[in-house]
Amino acid sequence: MGSQGHEHPSPHQASGYHRPVSTQPLRQLLESAFPDATELDVIDRTGGGDHFQVVVTSPSLVGLSLVEQHRRVYEALSAPLADGTIHELRIKTKGAT
Amino acid sequence: MSYSEKIKEVIDGSDVAIFMKGTPAFVMCGNSGRALEALRRAGASVTAVDVLPDPAIRQELSAISGWPTIPQVFVKGELVGGADIVEELEASGELEQTLRERLGDDYAGAREESTVALS
Repeated sequence: MGSQGHEHPSPHQASGYHRPVSTQPLRQLLESAFPDATELDVIDRTGGGDHFQVVVTSPSLVGLSLVEQHRRVYEALSAPLADGTIHELRIKTKGAT
Repeated sequence: MSYSEKIKEVIDGSDVAIFMKGTPAFVMCGNSGRALEALRRAGASVTAVDVLPDPAIRQELSAISGWPTIPQVFVKGELVGGADIVEELEASGELEQTLRERLGDDYAGAREESTVALS
C-alpha cells in the first residue's frame, strides 16, 4: 500500500490518478453469479488493482469439489481474467450456508 | 509434436504433474512455489513443466484443462487444482489421501523431481 507521497490523502486527492483501483466491478460480477452468497469479499492484496483475493460462501457451491467451486468463480470473472485486469487471483470458496 | 500433444502426454503419463512458472530448481512465481512446496511436504514425486518459455504453452494448457491460471496440478491425469486448492487439500489431509488412493500407499517411497521442456 504505497502512499505515493500523500501521507493523508483527502477524498479529493484520492480521486483521479492516485485513486486505488476499486474492487467493486469484481464484486458485482460475483454478486450476479452468486446471488445467494452468505459471504462474498474481494480484497485487493497489493493495492495495485491486479492481485486479488476473493472469498465466496454460497449454498450453490454445496456438493461441488473444490475444482468445480473454483471453476464457478473463474466463470464469473472470465472477462477480467481474459483482459488482464486480474493478474493474480486467490480463491477461497465454501459450500456452506 | 504440437504443444497440445506434449502437454497431454505429460498430464496422462505422470503420477503428479505440475505446470508452473519456472522450474522446481528456479521457481519464478510465488503461487507456483506454494503448490510445489505443498506437494513436497506431502512427499509426492513431481514432473514439472515450465510454461514461461512460450506463451502458447499456457494458452494450450488452459484450453485443455479449462483452468485459466498457473500453476495447475494433475494427479494421474486429473486436475487437482491450483495453489489455493493444493494448499487447502494439504491442510485438511486430503492431498495425501488422494495421492495414496491414486498412486498407492508407497507413493512417497522415493521422491523425485523431474522437469520436462516442451519447447
